[in-house]
Amino acid sequence: MSEREKILGSIREALAVNAPLPGAHDHHAPAVLRHRDDDVSQWLPAVGQTFEQRVERFHANALDLRADFHLLNTVQEMGAKLLEIRDGENWQKIGTHRGELTDAVSAELGLPTIRTDDGYDVRELESCDAGISECDALVAQTGSVVVSNRSAGGRALSVLPPHHVVLARREQLVRDLPAAFILLKHRYAPVFPSFFSFITGPSRTGDIERILVLGAHGPKKLTILCV
Amino acid sequence: MSAPSAQFKADAERLTHDLRHRGLIQTALKKYEVARDGKKANYQDWQSARQTAAEIKWDAINHLDKYLVQFATKLEARGTKVHWASTAEQAREIIVGIVRAKKAHSIIKSKAMTAEEIHLNDALEHAGFEVVESDLGEYIVQLRHEAPYHIVFPAMHLTRGEISDLFERELGSAATDSPEELTMIARRALRQKYITADVGITGCNFAIAETGMISITENEGNARLTAALPKTMITLLGIEKVLPRLDDLALFLPMLATAGAGQAITCYNSLYGGPRQPGESDGPEEFHVVLLDNKRTHLLADAEQRDALHCIRCGACLNVCPIYKNVGGHTYGTTYQGPIGSVITPHLRNLQTWKHLSMASSLCGACTETCPVKINLHHHLLQNRRNAVAQKPVWWEKIAFKGFVFLMNRPRLFELSKPLARLGQIFHPLIKGTALDPARAWTKTRDLPDVAPETFKEFWRNRK
Amino acid sequence: MKITLFIPCFVDMCYPRVGINMVEILERLGHSIEVPEELSCCGQPAFNSGYWEQARAVAEPVLKRLRSAEAVVIASGSCGAMLKVFYPELFANTPHEQAARELSTKCFEFSDFLVSKLGVTDLGARFPHKVTFHDGCHGLRELGKKKEPRELLAKVRDLELIEMGEAETCCGFGGTFAAKFPMISTAMGEVKCGSAMQTGADYIVSNDSSCLMHIQGLLDREGRRIRTIHIAEILNER
Repeated sequence: MSEREKILGSIREALAVNAPLPGAHDHHAPAVLRHRDDDVSQWLPAVGQTFEQRVERFHANALDLRADFHLLNTVQEMGAKLLEIRDGENWQKIGTHRGELTDAVSAELGLPTIRTDDGYDVRELESCDAGISECDALVAQTGSVVVSNRSAGGRALSVLPPHHVVLARREQLVRDLPAAFILLKHRYAPVFPSFFSFITGPSRTGDIERILVLGAHGPKKLTILCV
Repeated sequence: MSAPSAQFKADAERLTHDLRHRGLIQTALKKYEVARDGKKANYQDWQSARQTAAEIKWDAINHLDKYLVQFATKLEARGTKVHWASTAEQAREIIVGIVRAKKAHSIIKSKAMTAEEIHLNDALEHAGFEVVESDLGEYIVQLRHEAPYHIVFPAMHLTRGEISDLFERELGSAATDSPEELTMIARRALRQKYITADVGITGCNFAIAETGMISITENEGNARLTAALPKTMITLLGIEKVLPRLDDLALFLPMLATAGAGQAITCYNSLYGGPRQPGESDGPEEFHVVLLDNKRTHLLADAEQRDALHCIRCGACLNVCPIYKNVGGHTYGTTYQGPIGSVITPHLRNLQTWKHLSMASSLCGACTETCPVKINLHHHLLQNRRNAVAQKPVWWEKIAFKGFVFLMNRPRLFELSKPLARLGQIFHPLIKGTALDPARAWTKTRDLPDVAPETFKEFWRNRK
Repeated sequence: MKITLFIPCFVDMCYPRVGINMVEILERLGHSIEVPEELSCCGQPAFNSGYWEQARAVAEPVLKRLRSAEAVVIASGSCGAMLKVFYPELFANTPHEQAARELSTKCFEFSDFLVSKLGVTDLGARFPHKVTFHDGCHGLRELGKKKEPRELLAKVRDLELIEMGEAETCCGFGGTFAAKFPMISTAMGEVKCGSAMQTGADYIVSNDSSCLMHIQGLLDREGRRIRTIHIAEILNER
């Protein structure tokens, strides 16, 4: 018998006896699973209905998380903002991937550019000053950026260079986490990318005396430009 | 008394007297409490969220065979190699085997309590492989050759001064009292390790059955790098990590962060569904998932305590436990500390050897109250006590309780004990707190109350 | 109403004033009291130590005697929880299970009884002191009572209630835990006493005398000025 069959057999044997339902040790326990399929948006923190409310919420979260968020009107403005950051941080080399927004702005930067789409040298990517990517969604509720290896140029681009810049469109702003998962399923099922991430702020740690430090291993800076 | 029990008592004795240590943990956990309360308050209904989370986990665990098969099938369909390990030894063998086959020179690892549980690092090092912990807290305790102090905050017991000394000694870095600089020292040291590692080993917070993905929750980004750069990726997880549906994460990711760290959501929550797929530009060529039983099925078979497998390893119960706050994580002497550790260790290891952890509780219930998935933690401690006695009563305790029954069921005899107690009270000061004092466990640090000149029952009788 | 008062062993022997004050308060409200003198213990020490067979041997006479009671008021949160919450667990799958469930519906801790069952919060009491409240874990978490004692204290004239930071943190008594792990029990008690003293209160009040016994024991050993007092004693002060 394989270990798999052995383990599954042990499980089936164990499950022959019923366990009490959750909250059954409460005096006020339900007799059936009443809440398993609840829409959890009603339990999680509330989010406004309008775009303005949601973008404000995203912005407030970004501030809290020490991420930079800029709502812009045109792709040209986005490009201009990038040039500003390039000069402010003295970028020498950047990483990016092919995409509508990334193509529109990265050439203008006039910098040596590593494109990750068709494979790349890790050491080259490691020495980039910034990784510029697109994304799948922005989540108002948490201030998260949702990426996949399809939308953001692979697994490493958005985490290896010390500054991650996200180029997003306003239509990508969703209300909350449940909405983000619905979007991902809608966009990718049945053949999902092998990697997704919900990125919420620059990398951080509290491992030393519970004091917050940014840039533990992932990017120390996260900038989100939304057009 | 088992060796672990003696160790627990000795460490508890030492550490409860260590006011510096008590102050350190309590300050850290106070910060957590404030942050957690703030984030909980933002929920529209935290209590309902707990009930839904509890029910989702009930569904997962009580249909575990179905969901594990679904999980494995989905993963295998996209090129992941799924391994099943009944025991810790098998899991170690599987992983060492993969690493050998890949002729790995260096291994980078992200945080995995399950790997601690099976002593994976020891096995890999014994087999001649270098393993580097990439999570900052784990990296620190690895350099100190210590076990993690807390399942979520491995280095909670250390001050920045101690960490600076450590880095000076082990890495040759300059002394500093800035947490930022210390973090940057570790970041620089680990950077090269990510790039040169052949194998990345990760843990897993949730295993999504519906889509065949593993979900990893972190703040630092080290797990993302571990899962992006090395050519071979291995993920080790306990079979109880299963969640039925992808969108169950919409509830579990924020609840894990809030209960565990007082955050709305952690910095990175990443899902992995396979090795690099056709058309993808990076990621491991090979992805192995190792499913570990190691007596989880034993706990599963205990229907009364089965919900202990609902645990999402958030650490909230540790954070609120007054015992943990006064003795610290190392005192428990085993991988899983605090209330959840006290509940499950007798099942995962041995009841008689580890029952003392279930005894070392005042049963205050703070753990049960805080658990995001409503595990009946403190009642399980009571059940462990009952089970330990049923299996093997302590002979003198059994006699004592038989005596207790005898006395309590004979009211007239009990009445006799009162004048005797008053008499004993007169002489007690002579031996109070000394080795002769039968009440020494109490009187070493506390005074005993006096027997009243007129007891309540005496008053009641006289009244009539 | 005929109220059956369950007086735990340590209240009987060491803190009879708690019981006496309860009797006076309830009689003043017009109820008659009976005290089953043959009942000494709820069985919790054996239960908590895992000796459920012995616990049942002590609990069965309690069940039997209280069967005919109209309402059972218990002079301690921890014994109250034993009767109300743990008896059904102790007697699960035994012929006494139903009796245990029925008894559960009739059991009340003292402050809960006054507020929830009798609907009384003002007892005309006066206690001109600063107090801080210690929430005994059983009363707080097993019985789910936090506001009831505070509602009662709010109506006591000239009393000032100052909440301590660690009001809900376990004091460290935990029954046999206090003797089995005295160092941890003491450390927890120290945290509680420290938090209480920080409020500047003259008294630590609680609805659980077992906690107060442990806290007072520490305070006496350390020679502290602050004193423990049971809520029934305050409610009977004029």
